[in-house]
Amino acid sequence: MAEVNTGGGGGHKQGPGVKKAKKLSTRVDLTPMVDLGFLLITFFIFTTTMSQPTAMKLFMPKDTDKPEEQNKVKASGALSIMLGKNDHVYYYEGELAPDGSNFKSTNFKAIRDIIINKKKSTNPDDFVVVIKPGVESTYKNTVDMLDEMFINQVKRYAMVDQFSIEQQLMNASEGGAPMPAAGAAAPAPAVK
Amino acid sequence: MPRLKVPRKSTSVDMTAMCDVAFLLLSFFILTTKFKPAEALAVTTPKSVSTNPAEQKKVVMVTMDRKGSIYLSLSDDAEEQKQSVIDQIDKQKGLGLSAAEKKSFMRSGFYVGVPFNQLKSYLGKTPDETAKLQLAGIPVTDTLNNELQTWMAAANIAFQGSKMNLLVKGDNEAKYPSFKGVMDAFKKNEIFKFQMITDPEGVPAGTDLYKKTEGTK
Repeated sequence: MAEVNTGGGGGHKQGPGVKKAKKLSTRVDLTPMVDLGFLLITFFIFTTTMSQPTAMKLFMPKDTDKPEEQNKVKASGALSIMLGKNDHVYYYEGELAPDGSNFKSTNFKAIRDIIINKKKSTNPDDFVVVIKPGVESTYKNTVDMLDEMFINQVKRYAMVDQFSIEQQLMNASEGGAPMPAAGAAAPAPAVK
Repeated sequence: MPRLKVPRKSTSVDMTAMCDVAFLLLSFFILTTKFKPAEALAVTTPKSVSTNPAEQKKVVMVTMDRKGSIYLSLSDDAEEQKQSVIDQIDKQKGLGLSAAEKKSFMRSGFYVGVPFNQLKSYLGKTPDETAKLQLAGIPVTDTLNNELQTWMAAANIAFQGSKMNLLVKGDNEAKYPSFKGVMDAFKKNEIFKFQMITDPEGVPAGTDLYKKTEGTK
């Protein structure tokens, strides 16, 4: 431990009546300083390596108009998920029914169970998730949905635009225009 | 026989040397910490369970802020490619950029946030002036005039032969049409692979991915 020399041990003139002051130790214990030093070191070790942001890979399919190059999606194995505004999620299985009866609404937490159930009940070759973000949905919604694909290990998924019928159904559910007649789902290019 | 009293020795250790070593190591780590350059664009990226580290070299970054404005920047180590991109854009759009303006494009931390018709005046400004401006971003939502497509075409040609790491950094609140514009710009240039920067997040327990990662551990 560091030692500070007080010096002048001798040579004090003792005045009358002055009691001799008890000599206090001036040695400083440096152990806590060393502890702090090592704490700071570990802090800097960890912050230098942890400043790399992580990234999510996304592969898009080629946009071809040739029907033979588009992978045909078996309608019954498809789960279509629509992203609305304010974090609303709508989905339907297979093809959209003419009266819109299988158009259901949910939120981001419940969608995972729906995906898991659909995945369990479908043949892996036929299982496809079609993600259709709406114009009012945010980037976060899209990334969260792509994340769900990865979490649930969905091998085939596609991201396409919404049909006008779907937009109308969504607006109706959120309180807007009345529901018109439906159209059929078209084959979508599969990803991954 | 009377027990010999063992002379008691001092058990206190002199910590001076330990203290010196600790501070030497500390100074080393302080000096070797690379601080990220202050971000000119504040973007809150969404979270994802992905664990791939983002590329740091030869990066072309498309940033999407919360209003949906698009900014393009290239990493500093891709100097040749940066030069090639600005030369091509200059020739293609007939902007008549001077050498000083091209140099302004080449500076570290530069990002494009304006349509082509404002590019020349934007390049003429100093970094302080550009930091104060409210930029409109590169137009992408109009399918007939997707300027990002032109920028990406130039980048494709510039990066021919070497690998271009394309990163998209989007804010949580950016709406889908901007993101769609960005993806269209990529698709039209036959770019199909890109990475999106996200914050790390733990894998939720009980899901398929969780079981997969637990199995490989």
